[in-house]
Amino acid sequence: MKLKKSALIGAAIAGLLVSGYAAAQEQFIGLPSYRVGPYGSNGASLYGGWIDYMAMVNARDGGVNGVKLTWEECETEYNNARGVECYERLKNKGPTGNSVFQPLSTGITYSVLEKVEQDKIPMVTIGYGRTDAADGSVFPWVFPMVTTYWSQASAIVNYIGTKAGGMDKLKGKKIGLLYHDSAYGKESHAIMDKLAEKHGFELQKVAVAHPGNEQQAQWLQIRQQKPDYVILWGWGVMNATALRTAAKTGYSRDKIIGVWWSGSEEDAIPAGDAAKGFVAAGFNVAGANYPVIKDIQTNVYAKNAGNMEDKERVGSVLYNRGVVHGIITVEAIRTAQEKFGKGKSMTGEQMRWGFEHLNLDTKRLAALGAAGFMPDLKISCKDHEGAGKVKFQQWDGSKWNVVTDWIEADKPLVRGMIEESAAAYAKEKGITPRDCSKEM
Amino acid sequence: MLYREAGQFKASYKEDQQIFPIRQDRVGMAVILAIFFLAVPMFASEYWLQAILIPVLIFSLAAIGLNILTGYAGQLSLGSAAFMAVGAFGAYNFMLRIDGMPFIVALILGGLCSALVGVAFGLPSLRIKGFYLAVATLAAQFFIVWALVKFPWFSNHSSSGVISAQEVNILGFAFDTPVLKYLLTLAVVVVLALLAKNLVRSTTGRRWMAVRDMDVAAEVIGIRPMRAKLSAFAVSSFYCGVAGALYAYTYLGTVEPEGFNLDLSFKILFMIIIGGVGSILGSFLGAAFIVLLPIFLNVFMHSVFAGSLPAGLGSNLELIVFGGLIIFFLIVEPHGLARLWTLAKDKLRLWPFPH
Repeated sequence: MKLKKSALIGAAIAGLLVSGYAAAQEQFIGLPSYRVGPYGSNGASLYGGWIDYMAMVNARDGGVNGVKLTWEECETEYNNARGVECYERLKNKGPTGNSVFQPLSTGITYSVLEKVEQDKIPMVTIGYGRTDAADGSVFPWVFPMVTTYWSQASAIVNYIGTKAGGMDKLKGKKIGLLYHDSAYGKESHAIMDKLAEKHGFELQKVAVAHPGNEQQAQWLQIRQQKPDYVILWGWGVMNATALRTAAKTGYSRDKIIGVWWSGSEEDAIPAGDAAKGFVAAGFNVAGANYPVIKDIQTNVYAKNAGNMEDKERVGSVLYNRGVVHGIITVEAIRTAQEKFGKGKSMTGEQMRWGFEHLNLDTKRLAALGAAGFMPDLKISCKDHEGAGKVKFQQWDGSKWNVVTDWIEADKPLVRGMIEESAAAYAKEKGITPRDCSKEM
Repeated sequence: MLYREAGQFKASYKEDQQIFPIRQDRVGMAVILAIFFLAVPMFASEYWLQAILIPVLIFSLAAIGLNILTGYAGQLSLGSAAFMAVGAFGAYNFMLRIDGMPFIVALILGGLCSALVGVAFGLPSLRIKGFYLAVATLAAQFFIVWALVKFPWFSNHSSSGVISAQEVNILGFAFDTPVLKYLLTLAVVVVLALLAKNLVRSTTGRRWMAVRDMDVAAEVIGIRPMRAKLSAFAVSSFYCGVAGALYAYTYLGTVEPEGFNLDLSFKILFMIIIGGVGSILGSFLGAAFIVLLPIFLNVFMHSVFAGSLPAGLGSNLELIVFGGLIIFFLIVEPHGLARLWTLAKDKLRLWPFPH
């Protein structure tokens, strides 16, 4: 066994050395992806979109100002321990180490939350992760970008308000919250309670135990309580089951509003006809008609180099979300290069500056071919979230159709809660928040 | 020849009863400890310490815990991860709520909390056996994780049930670098592993084994099954609890209840099955096997097939190979990796002059 173990270790070291080799003028991006396990198909679409976008930037522009993007995947299986191993494995690769860590798993986010600060590698969590990290003065290295769960909840309530004909009409209404009974699902409680108090609607929380493939009892309860709307805060198989059971118990699907982890093709298609009319939030939209996706088609797939095994999924919600990850990463590299020298590899600290000064206004998005594809985004030292708005899409039985423009969250309320929670964290850990007025 | 104990005479009971009665074992153990305590911290990179050695040590400890219960006392359990969670959250709350709580005391108290919970969930073992007991401990797995998320007090009212471990500080000395964290983990694991080794050859351990082999016969010769079973549950959960607290404090830093899910319980069970049921050494070998092999396969696949395989296929292939190797080892050596060492010892005794 000893011999075997040392052989294993030796081979592992050899593997590390071989794959660690890289030439200069490259920007290394470590991808802690997951392509197996219960969420494997989600991971395959997301990381596929991200890799395709970077491949497209390399093929079309020759990289970012001549700096080629390189990347390596590390399988996490959506498992925290494996995620930490991937983080450690990827962190010193490439000429300047890993540029950014984006694990696409809230659990892994928490597991490396303190390590990223020590290692000086920015962590970007787009649409998941720790909500109060949006307070950049307490969490300088973490960027929960585009929108946080709390902003999303608030935007959903605002959407329901417009549907009801004004926020004042929400008074006395009943809103059900069908949530995944986990840390992820419970993230919705604090904000929804606050919103219920503010707008005077009654909130009915209904828990679904993981994985959520049996929801008869929950939907009977919903039928008895007759809420005017149901917010579906689901994940994985729970979403399709919720829609099917809703159809069975006769709850109208166009009154169900899903969060962005409930609103992909992977959630709607398994529910079949029952999903028709279902509305879901998203910080990116579905569809292959955007110039950025067309660029990927012509520069990558036309040359038979795409990452997706199933090319039909190019343009799906999750694939496009991966493209959003790619755009944000590449634009942060570009922003950092403008400050620290074009055509150079950026270090983690420089990347952090790039993320913190990221400014994707509508003009820039149009130039990237992503106008309307994702919201405009402006990050600052204080605000690591940036946009806080979502679009709503409706499933018509075969595809998602955008039904609203960008809907904003109740920013003052959400921001207040974020700052309160971040301050409590800072106090518990003895962190002195940095002074953002002095940051450049 | 190498393992010949001929000529090593024991002149007192003390010598006869020591934990490693053969000189070769004592020397080997000292060398191994010296390597892990001295050489490894000097030469290992941060990656090896943080991502490989610390988790292997922690899972070894959890595997020892389960091995005490399943391997020595014969009670099948699927709740190991939940007992780890109790230890982690227990230690966290003691550190949080009592000013100036020393870390080692919090670690032990976390383990004791876990032991209490373990005894409570071990009560059904007095009436039910085998697979039915496994189902009863499954209840512990789900109930504990649910309770930790449900009652915000446990996580100090964090919005998502996540706790973030405080700084580890022993007698004014901060354990904040990977090397120090590794040494702390190693020290705790070594002490507890030696304790376990001693425990299983004591009266308590022999009672457990008697109950495991046939509980009616054990009762007839005067062993109280209730005490034996519940003490096994308590000790086992204590080990798992300490492992959980280390998992939070020296490994991840921030943990969520869902991290301690059924998958982790199964993983610990696989560790003892692969490593060897009823063997302390086996717990270490099994933990190393289950933790390291997938990582090795991932690195291996990336360096050998870099770019030539579709990414999804590579990841799936890793799982297939991993599963295949588990089956291979179980067929070749159903008693686990620890048995290979026992066989090697027997061979070494005769080597180089076999009959």
